[in-house]
Amino acid sequence: MWYFVSPEIIFGEGSLDALDELEGRRALVVTDATLVQLGLVDKVKAHLDTAGIEMRVFDQVEPDPSVQTVRKGVQIAQEYKPDWIVGLGGGSPMDAAKAIWVLYERPDLEPAEINPFIRLGLRRKARLITIPTTSGTGAEATWAIVLTDTEEQRKMGLGNRENVADIAIVDPGLAAGMPPQLTADTGLDALTHAVEGYTCAWHSDVTDGLCINAARLVFKYLPRAVADARSAGSGQGSDIEARERMHNAATCAGLGFGNAMASMAHAMGHVLGAVFHVPHGRAVSIFLPYTIEFVAREAPERFAELAEIAGCSNEANAGGEKAARLLADRIRDLCREVGNPISVAEAGIERADYEAQLDKLIDDAFNDTQMITAARAPSYDELRQLFLYAYEGKPVDF
Amino acid sequence: MTFKFPSDEWIKELSRQLNGSEVYEKSAKDWEGDFDFVVEPDDAFQGEPVHLYLDLYHGKSPSARQLSGPDEKRAAYVLSASFSAWRKVIEGKLDPIQGMMTRKLKLQGNMMKVMRYPKAAKEIVSCCALVPTDFGD
Repeated sequence: MWYFVSPEIIFGEGSLDALDELEGRRALVVTDATLVQLGLVDKVKAHLDTAGIEMRVFDQVEPDPSVQTVRKGVQIAQEYKPDWIVGLGGGSPMDAAKAIWVLYERPDLEPAEINPFIRLGLRRKARLITIPTTSGTGAEATWAIVLTDTEEQRKMGLGNRENVADIAIVDPGLAAGMPPQLTADTGLDALTHAVEGYTCAWHSDVTDGLCINAARLVFKYLPRAVADARSAGSGQGSDIEARERMHNAATCAGLGFGNAMASMAHAMGHVLGAVFHVPHGRAVSIFLPYTIEFVAREAPERFAELAEIAGCSNEANAGGEKAARLLADRIRDLCREVGNPISVAEAGIERADYEAQLDKLIDDAFNDTQMITAARAPSYDELRQLFLYAYEGKPVDF
Repeated sequence: MTFKFPSDEWIKELSRQLNGSEVYEKSAKDWEGDFDFVVEPDDAFQGEPVHLYLDLYHGKSPSARQLSGPDEKRAAYVLSASFSAWRKVIEGKLDPIQGMMTRKLKLQGNMMKVMRYPKAAKEIVSCCALVPTDFGD
């Protein structure tokens, strides 16, 4: 027995127009200050005005949102009493919006108590809309919430399937102005979701197709989207097809992994991000090839299928672990092509700093919620080795 | 040798397996909180609910025993499931975390704390699979 949860997804160019027909009284828009400056919040406001819905903005969401930020947002929600919460932005504002919504509805809970084992009883005060402005996190389509405990420098994997958005508006026009680095980081996040959702222990027939399609789209369109971002400078991109397909890929991957699970690359990436503030998509994609090489021994067929999707078809026919290693190399090539690091060292982290935090990285990754779905569960020492190999950029041979 | 489930000998063997698990020791090194595993009767298991008590402290299991009933010892966590659901978990046919998410297994206790130790929770169940179990077939 398992579930597949999804928002109503409105997608394609111009889909933000769907807000014109929204029914309600007040909306609290949860976002960040950059999106206010870029005018994207004004775009949402114009549509909500058309719908006759008042709007208030909470724009204090930082990258890797903290529990404290969420509490501030909850306080505003309790004062304003919205009947819609709108998460506008990348994964951070959308995750913060989910948490603010849950705690607005359930003030008896602490943020860390938002877990999948209880009934929340949401939608008595408000409903949730998610509007991604990056193409990668898939947070618009998942019920996962990642908050950071700033005191412990630890990311907390939270969420409950009830807190999936009611409506996700996936309008590529909102992401067409992403700069090259953000395009690359978020696109590689989508690829990591697709690969891990397809190969983790909780994958299913219902999610496999979404993950496979998302991987196919990322391999094909991410280099084009990044090239478009490079040529666009600070303006809007012109390769609308690449931008739109990447935007759709992120949502497909979100639905896929959100209803399966992510895995080891996410567990390791979460702790790297929490301690060294590496952007999420970059962090998880650094670890992805190493975790593929490690896990491949247990589930080689699924990686071989992905290798074929990735264009390693002739060599992938060799099958098994070899095909998985080809997939790992193909992902490293893609990272290089879009200008991203393929090792922790290349991400600019000093070896001494890394080694000083190594025990914490291992401890926290070991107990990250994404670790439990690994098709090959690492021992403590193996996890240490994985962190060290990923630092040096050394293919995994154990 | 096999151990009848549910029974005092079975929970003691699980405790022994946990004490030999390096993964459990490392992943639960700060854990403090005992468990009452409640096996509820169903079509495959008649009678009264059985309570199996497992003490867990800092990566080890200091003690374990079958309780005479729910009032003998109040554990920090109570994990309840039907006999058949427990059997699926022990046989590796039901992932325990998925079991809790679909409420085939019901967990009571401080969720905030248990959410920090998912690997330890998973390892407890992995050790269940190491106990040669007699389900009374």
